[in-house]
Amino acid sequence: MSPVRHLVAPFADRSLADLRAGDQVTLSGTLMTGRDAAHERFSEILRAGGRLPFDPNGQVIYYVGPTPARPGRVIGSAGPTTASRMDSHSPALIELGLRGMIGKGRRSPEVIRSMQEHGCVYFGAVEGTAALLGRHVLKADVVAYADLGAEAVFQLEVADFPVVVVNDLVGGDLYELGPAAWRRPQDWER
Amino acid sequence: MREVDVEVVTKAVRDLCIEVNHRFRDDHVAALSQAILEERSPLGCDVLRQLQRNGEVAAQDGFPICQDTGYAVCFLRVGQDVHFIGGSLTDAIDAGVREGYRDGYLRASLVRSAIDRVNTGDNTPAMIYTDIVPGDQLELTLLVKGAGCDNMSAIRMLTPADGVDGMIRFVVETIEKAGPSASPPVTVGIGMGGTFDLAARMSKWALTRRSGTPSPEPRIAELEQTVRDAINRTGIGPAGFGGTVTALAVHIESMATHIAAFPVAVNLDCHSHRVGVWTL
Repeated sequence: MSPVRHLVAPFADRSLADLRAGDQVTLSGTLMTGRDAAHERFSEILRAGGRLPFDPNGQVIYYVGPTPARPGRVIGSAGPTTASRMDSHSPALIELGLRGMIGKGRRSPEVIRSMQEHGCVYFGAVEGTAALLGRHVLKADVVAYADLGAEAVFQLEVADFPVVVVNDLVGGDLYELGPAAWRRPQDWER
Repeated sequence: MREVDVEVVTKAVRDLCIEVNHRFRDDHVAALSQAILEERSPLGCDVLRQLQRNGEVAAQDGFPICQDTGYAVCFLRVGQDVHFIGGSLTDAIDAGVREGYRDGYLRASLVRSAIDRVNTGDNTPAMIYTDIVPGDQLELTLLVKGAGCDNMSAIRMLTPADGVDGMIRFVVETIEKAGPSASPPVTVGIGMGGTFDLAARMSKWALTRRSGTPSPEPRIAELEQTVRDAINRTGIGPAGFGGTVTALAVHIESMATHIAAFPVAVNLDCHSHRVGVWTL
């Protein structure tokens, strides 16, 4: 394993080019959140030619619906949700300059193509480490769609938020490369 | 006959909802420790250690283990000599879920209909299964079930000619299709036999067994080992990043079926495997 890299979001133009699938990264800075319902609204706005509640240029979006914060806490548990449900909405955001996405699970070929074309990296957070990840969130403000509750768009200030590069800019896909390296033949394949 | 006030059930469900969302059961903790010994990928080991640490942080600091605090799936085994008083049992269970999710700062994740997607606001209704058994005891098992892994589950009506090999291949196919989306390492519940629907029900019930406890039937226990080995050959590994541990445990429940049938249901549970039992 290569050493852990540190990056600050939103990203500057060239910071992502040398990331490779499987690299462990810690993120500090600002992340935007959004999941199913928020993405529906983003797409509606873009179809109507309107303005999104935040400028995606340079930003990283995290697919999460946190648990309610206990009194005195910034946020509850905040692990990633399945990214493929956002696939149909993602290319439009990537074309507007979105530079990173954090979630879990495979992306569609269309999204992966769009990422490579426009320079966006897909990171996997370890799903089910929600309590740990919640600890890396210093501040959480709702910036849009408060009516959606856990699905609202939050701006998160994070420190050393741990992720792994899944899809890099040169076609590497950890969900292909990782299992291929450890796969052993089944009885019916021998 | 034994009278049970449903208020007692509400309290038990409330407490279980909070407990299982914040603290892994000891058998799951042991399964994760065992997986760290078995896993050969360094990144896979790192993921497993994060999962272990996550469980500790959740219990110590009062964070839910996972933000998807799930469906509240209740399996009730009701002694036939029990008589419930004080209101509807179903309402009492829902009240327990409502109170537990509110008081435990757990996420309300249920919508009232698959079509209009309006959140019910309190994580009700519970998904309830009831078995009537001899005696006057009451046993309530709560499985908190995330949707990511439930979405990756599958059922197939195999034919008798497909046999055990066909069944194993179907399970492996289901795991490979799920890949990272079921949040491996998974616990795998398999329902074999019965009817289309009973197989699915057995597969969910199988998830509640203490992790790694083999089936009491030797032939089934052996099959559980074989299936786990086949699943771990896929190389999917922890978080789907590649590795040698994809399934923490495989539990098979089986029952009689028709001469023309071989129903197999595969219900997957993510590595945030949350289950608890209460008896009265």
